[in-house]
Amino acid sequence: MKPLHLVPDDVNVPFLKFRKIFYIVSLAMVLVSVGLFLTKGLNFGIDFRGGILVEIKTDGPADIGALRDNLGSLGLGDVSIQEFGEPDDVLIQLQRQDGDEQAQMAALATVTKALGDDVTIRRSELVGPKVGDELKEAGVYSVAISLLLIMIYIWFRFEWQFAVASVVALLHDVLITIGFFVITGVQFDLATLAAVLTVAGYSINDTVVVFDRIREYLRKFRKMDIPDLLDLSINSTLSRTTMTSFTTLLALIALFVFGGEAIRGFTMALIFGIMIGTYSSICVASPLLMVLRLRRKIPEGEETQEAGA
Amino acid sequence: MLYFTKWKAALVLLVCALGVIYAIPNFLPKGTFATDASYLPGKQINLGLDLRGGSHMLLEVDINSVIRERYEALGDTIRSTLREERIRYRPRDAGLNGAEVTVVNADEVEKARDLIRNVEPDTVMSGEGNNIIVSYTDQARKELVDRAISQSLEVVRRRVDELGTTEPSIQRQGEDRIVVQVPGLDDPSRLRAILGRTAKMNFHLVNEEKTASEARATGMPPGTMILPSADAGDRAAGINEYLIDRRVVVSGDNLVDSQPTFNEGRPVVSFRFDAAGGARFGDMTSKNAGRRLAIILDGEVISAPRINEPILGGNGIITGQFSVQEANDLSLLLRAGALPAPMQILEERSVGPGLGQDSVEAGEIAAILGLIFVVAFMVISYGRFGVYADIALLINLILVLAVMSVLQATLTLPGIAGIVLTVGMAVDANVLIFERIREERNNGRTIINAIDAGYRSAMSTILDANLTTLIAALVLFSFGSGPIKGFAVTLAIGIVTSMFSAIWVTRLLIAVWVKRRRPTELVI
Repeated sequence: MKPLHLVPDDVNVPFLKFRKIFYIVSLAMVLVSVGLFLTKGLNFGIDFRGGILVEIKTDGPADIGALRDNLGSLGLGDVSIQEFGEPDDVLIQLQRQDGDEQAQMAALATVTKALGDDVTIRRSELVGPKVGDELKEAGVYSVAISLLLIMIYIWFRFEWQFAVASVVALLHDVLITIGFFVITGVQFDLATLAAVLTVAGYSINDTVVVFDRIREYLRKFRKMDIPDLLDLSINSTLSRTTMTSFTTLLALIALFVFGGEAIRGFTMALIFGIMIGTYSSICVASPLLMVLRLRRKIPEGEETQEAGA
Repeated sequence: MLYFTKWKAALVLLVCALGVIYAIPNFLPKGTFATDASYLPGKQINLGLDLRGGSHMLLEVDINSVIRERYEALGDTIRSTLREERIRYRPRDAGLNGAEVTVVNADEVEKARDLIRNVEPDTVMSGEGNNIIVSYTDQARKELVDRAISQSLEVVRRRVDELGTTEPSIQRQGEDRIVVQVPGLDDPSRLRAILGRTAKMNFHLVNEEKTASEARATGMPPGTMILPSADAGDRAAGINEYLIDRRVVVSGDNLVDSQPTFNEGRPVVSFRFDAAGGARFGDMTSKNAGRRLAIILDGEVISAPRINEPILGGNGIITGQFSVQEANDLSLLLRAGALPAPMQILEERSVGPGLGQDSVEAGEIAAILGLIFVVAFMVISYGRFGVYADIALLINLILVLAVMSVLQATLTLPGIAGIVLTVGMAVDANVLIFERIREERNNGRTIINAIDAGYRSAMSTILDANLTTLIAALVLFSFGSGPIKGFAVTLAIGIVTSMFSAIWVTRLLIAVWVKRRRPTELVI
């Protein structure tokens, strides 16, 4: 049996020719994401906002309307009630209560009491104001630190142009993934933050593979024009880039469909982020090297000979 | 280079075999290999609370209240010392900065300072003019806090143990926090109820000169306070608060036991004092027969019975409108003792056993299906080489389970997601190698040459690519909490083991194939 190739061996797409289009598309996506993030904002889960979450299982399909009337009349502020995966599974979320941690505790007790004994409480979470703020802070730190560490690593291993290009591509992926959350309104909690960080790691992984090849070809084809060389590098790694993204997506789709409601947002972030990451390492990171005026490292004395090569 | 030395091949096989041995207990019923030796196989992966069901609570001890209390006591000592030496002073309220006193005569300030230094050596003094602020040294303050936390830990442990659950974990976190993890708990509200109480119980006398509302209107008698009643019977009778003598007649510290029991068919709580407490209680009840005794728990009157006759044996009961559950909880709290300071629940995450089980099942299905998809796709894409990569993938999964069992790492729901993600990403190294081999073959190299070059030139890329992902995983591990840590752990372990399996296991398989079959054509 002849193996099936996702990408033909002799693929030759002139990516660099389209780079202006990629820049415009990417810039537009980033701007929309940042704009929406600043205006509409993320739908933060209780991990970061503080508040209460209760997941219940009812006898038979849940009567969301009745639950809403029941819990809405308790005077605990905004109560969000939604079906969670199954008709008899309901997720109840309460906003952070005014006052200190004691107030949150009291509200949780009130809700459990109002729900009565007819429903099974499958999960209850309470995040007080203090912990919510701390988690938010830790989240910001973790994103910043991992970006910084990755940048330092790339800078050590490659020329500075590669480091800058990879971090720009990385920020691109992270921002657009966040934009995805703003647009879809999917809740942003600790798990989705972890997904965003994983996307960062994954996206850099893809970029590094292409960069490795560029570096190799820079040494090998000393007379080739940089744009041609970039195109050749992207094309010769294209099969691998798509293969790995594809296998990862296969696994994630299984997780998305069968992994249960609780990690659906997390999986969604990963699926979206990995697609964006693949796009950016092919269409953004490598072309950016041109903008950053990547040159061969020219040994002393050979300057005139090699210049413009 | 495709040639494998015997010992190298043996080493690869040994690692795989060890992986299988350490991973196997996870597929057998718990306790199949009961062993205490940590290096022997037999241990299963720890399931996180989100998978096995249970409660996680983060508590914060109100350190300020401990310090304020200690400064009040310090203020008392200082004042009585000054009184003995006949130094005139004006008292001030103790704050968080220290006990404060103002000496009336300026020429006595030095003497006062010397006296205080003698009685309380672990303090430093500040303050200007006649003011003296006495506070603990940093060392003494730290010891104070540490003692309060370790006492709190002890009390929390006794309370949680009373719930009768298996393997609860109670740990200090940071300066003033305690993490309580109780697996397999059916009702987190009970845990919440018993952890949220300070359970400081004291006996006071009810002041019956006036009622509480009269006192409010006409002025409080000296040395009294008004406390709310928590007794449903009182409430029903229209009594919401009591006027209480401030003086503690017997302290709850002297209790040694407490049990829920029944009196005239109603749930009550019995208690027993130690010898000193019993004597004081007998003495007090003899002197105050006919008066009402207020039993005060955390600033509320839970019962205020009239003393009909002296209670001499050191035993007593608390009556009130208790439900059986309330009587159980109250006696539990009294048995376990009072917390040195109030605690607040900062965070709670509880998962019922049903949901945990569902999550495990969903995770298993997703992992198996993801595995099947990837395995099939690799065979379709790379033929024989795909099969080798699949074998490496399975070995990688086994190694992840083995490493997690050995390290006794905790598997959480996001951790399962991490494993599934690893399935997708672990083949990456093989994809890199195989694509490279394909290129080298297309460049006209011989079979062995192409395979060799493929492995060699893919190496640095594999290293770079995996290290960057590892960086993200390590950052997640150090910043993430609970379940997220679980994700970082499986991801990190998966990355490391996949480098071994994807490089060495496939290489060994291919080497054996090339040696045995001497292929003339490279289909990849």
